[in-house]
Amino acid sequence: MSSETLNLTLRVWRQAGPDKPGNFCDYQLDGVSTHMSFLEMLDVLNEKLIAAGDEPVAFDHDCREGICGMCSLMINGQAHGPDRGTTTCQLHMRRFSDGQTITIEPWRAKPFPVVRDLVVNRSAFDRVIQSGGFVSVNTGNAPDGNSVPVPGNRQEVAMDAAACIGCGACVAACKNASAMLFVSAKVSQLSILPQGQPERSSRVLSMVAQMDKEGFGACTNTSECEAACPAEVSVSHIARLNREYMKALVFADR
Amino acid sequence: MFRVASDTLDSRVPAGPLEQKWDKHRFNLKLVNPANRRKYSVIVVGTGLAGGSAAASLGELGYSVKAFCFQDSPRRAHSIAAQGGINAAKNYPNDGDSIWRLFYDTIKGGDYRAREANVYRLAQVANNIIDQCVAQGVPFAREYGGTLANRSFGGAQLSRTFYCRGQTGQQLLLGAYQSLMRQVSTGRVKMFARREMLELIVSNGAARGIVVRNIENGKLEVHTADAVVLCTGGYGNVYYLSTNAKGCNVTAAWRCHRRGAFFANPCYTQIHPTCIPVSGDYQSKLTLMSESLRNDGRVWVPKNRADQRPPGQIPDDERDYYLERRYPSFGNLAPRDISSRAAKERTDAGYGVGESGLAVFLDFRDAIVRDGEDVVRKKYGNLFHMYEKITAENPYEVPMRIYPAVHYTMGGLWVDYNLMSNLPGLYVLGEANFSDHGANRLGASALMQGLSDGYFVIPYTIGDYLAAAKHGKLAEDAPECRAALQDAQNRITKLLSVNGRRTVDSFHRELGLLMWDYCGMARTKAGLEATIPRIRALRDEFWNNVRVPGDASTLNQSLEKAGRVADFMEFAELLAVDALHRNESCGGHFREEYQTEDGEAARDDENYSYVAAWQFQGAGTEPVLHREPLVFENVKPSTRSYK
Repeated sequence: MSSETLNLTLRVWRQAGPDKPGNFCDYQLDGVSTHMSFLEMLDVLNEKLIAAGDEPVAFDHDCREGICGMCSLMINGQAHGPDRGTTTCQLHMRRFSDGQTITIEPWRAKPFPVVRDLVVNRSAFDRVIQSGGFVSVNTGNAPDGNSVPVPGNRQEVAMDAAACIGCGACVAACKNASAMLFVSAKVSQLSILPQGQPERSSRVLSMVAQMDKEGFGACTNTSECEAACPAEVSVSHIARLNREYMKALVFADR
Repeated sequence: MFRVASDTLDSRVPAGPLEQKWDKHRFNLKLVNPANRRKYSVIVVGTGLAGGSAAASLGELGYSVKAFCFQDSPRRAHSIAAQGGINAAKNYPNDGDSIWRLFYDTIKGGDYRAREANVYRLAQVANNIIDQCVAQGVPFAREYGGTLANRSFGGAQLSRTFYCRGQTGQQLLLGAYQSLMRQVSTGRVKMFARREMLELIVSNGAARGIVVRNIENGKLEVHTADAVVLCTGGYGNVYYLSTNAKGCNVTAAWRCHRRGAFFANPCYTQIHPTCIPVSGDYQSKLTLMSESLRNDGRVWVPKNRADQRPPGQIPDDERDYYLERRYPSFGNLAPRDISSRAAKERTDAGYGVGESGLAVFLDFRDAIVRDGEDVVRKKYGNLFHMYEKITAENPYEVPMRIYPAVHYTMGGLWVDYNLMSNLPGLYVLGEANFSDHGANRLGASALMQGLSDGYFVIPYTIGDYLAAAKHGKLAEDAPECRAALQDAQNRITKLLSVNGRRTVDSFHRELGLLMWDYCGMARTKAGLEATIPRIRALRDEFWNNVRVPGDASTLNQSLEKAGRVADFMEFAELLAVDALHRNESCGGHFREEYQTEDGEAARDDENYSYVAAWQFQGAGTEPVLHREPLVFENVKPSTRSYK
């Protein structure tokens, strides 16, 4: 792997607090190694800013291996940047070119208010899960793990849905700020598995109601969410959510 | 360097045959009747596998629980990054597994430095964990017929590892998280996200609360309760570069240590053999490639030091499959400490590959030929994808380059059989405690321990304490609470007022490098003795020359990091002292002076078969060593061989 360096202009959203006005600030960053991850590039920027007596750019991140869902960032208008199936922390600077201007913004959606700079509050997702995204089984009640077989192919589809990392890219990428991909991933996983059957109807109704209450928009089937999803959750789960929702409305004894 | 206390620590392991200890003990534990449980409040710090499962289970029982995490959601705790799997002795593959064998493998894997009774209990409840997770809707891998699938992990000669592709930790954590969210919806658990614990509140000798900082607005808050359950993970980030998440830190545990909780075996650190090598001085973390890859990947280096050919052009008879050569019966699935040292031995001898020479190959060529690319993709697709993202190389075509990296820490706060520290009312679960893995943890055992502690141990043992506690409610403005709050406030003020010239990260990197070089995979007396004054000097410089921009009343990530690094600076010294005092090699603690002729760890059971539990006496002041002798009634410690 040969290493090259890039000289970049970064146009970063700065906002001092939730109720403060925000604006873009331009920073010149030279000598960026192409092997750096995107967040390592921001680390370098922040070290420079601190040395110069400025405040560093606040951004969310934690595991830096694409699984915790903490990192976010709209990069040149794309959630998690240009690579498919990739979180911001796994995006590398070899994807960019010398002299490029990179615009970096927080997730923009009413249910995700900005906390500071690039950091947003995604607790709406937790409240959607609280409304029904679980199987009501207390610790200690479980039968033997093999007592209910789950056909391998069904389990695979459930796992595809369960892979959602809860980052919110689907919401940020959607022109309506819809959370349908996130909600459908959990509804789909639990409606496929036998363990999720007893609450199948009540779950989908509660989760959709909470999603609406949080202020997420409606789905207009443009599939931007799937294109942006770092876990590559398919919009087919949205189709399943819609089926589950209709069935629950019509047939469920509520 | 340290003082030795004359007492011996009592682990409170119940008497009786190993197989019956836990059952009998549970019978002897006091109960809190269901109607009274809501009157008892419990604070759970951390929401990973241990904390998430504990908070959910205690909420289900009816206790009033407050749960805290520093991330923006409890679902983000670093347990989520565990890849490979979780062990249980279900014996579904019919390959001869049993609770006893899982117990034995874990004790041996820990190089006979773990407590027998705890490990046996772990092996016993492991089966319940699998059942519980399946019932929650965790999509474990299954065979075509619908039954649960297993694979193999290091240190075991059978298949007992349950998994969800390469993201088992994620699925188990989401199972616990969903159970936690369900309790939040019932109101039995109150969730406090983006809160960082800064102090433990001790009242009349018992743990009664915590001081946290609200990361979003900087406000300090006091929370009191009848007991505190600490589930705050390990301290691997003392090395700066590790496979841990960036936020992982020792602060919560260290703050408890400063308030009197003993810190046990800090020198037991696990260096994982298969990580993506370091590639530049800007590198912020290291990425693990799951141990499960060693089911099908073969580890090798060229036999000829100067071999510059691309790996695919090096014929088999010019490759040194050194794990298969040195450990024929376990081969590529030798345990982590042993595999890491073997990689270090080869690269130190000049056989390393890649630009830096600090890497070995992990090669899937044979598996792809044997099983086809699709089968390999199905098992490891997401790991291969991750590898390619980071290195821009396709592991289906060229072997992965890997190197050991800091991964897990077996040491932690000392706990008794009930998982209570020496401070009454302070329980410590998961990686944050020291109890189950001895000097080395086997793969797929961390998830097992976290969930065992949270789902199946703390729900019983905490009742015993609460039923007997007669301390009444502690007001949030009680003098001890106000004092702890003031301590936290003073520390923040001090960090912000230094206004020096160096960034927090630059100190953290320097500390990490020091620890890696002298307190990493191999340690020596001379190296450790030279390191301790350097840690102290760096700590002094930190407090005189760190620059923490911004103020305390807003989200301030530099301030968060500064507090964590300040604690790492104190903790690092204890780690080095512990490593220096332990004049033997065992598991992840390898002292070069103590090795066998063929380079294996040489234990000294006569003098060091004990848990070293350290008592804080002040930063820079000699700590006091308390010892808990390890008693082996069922397994005879022997030379640990994987040959």
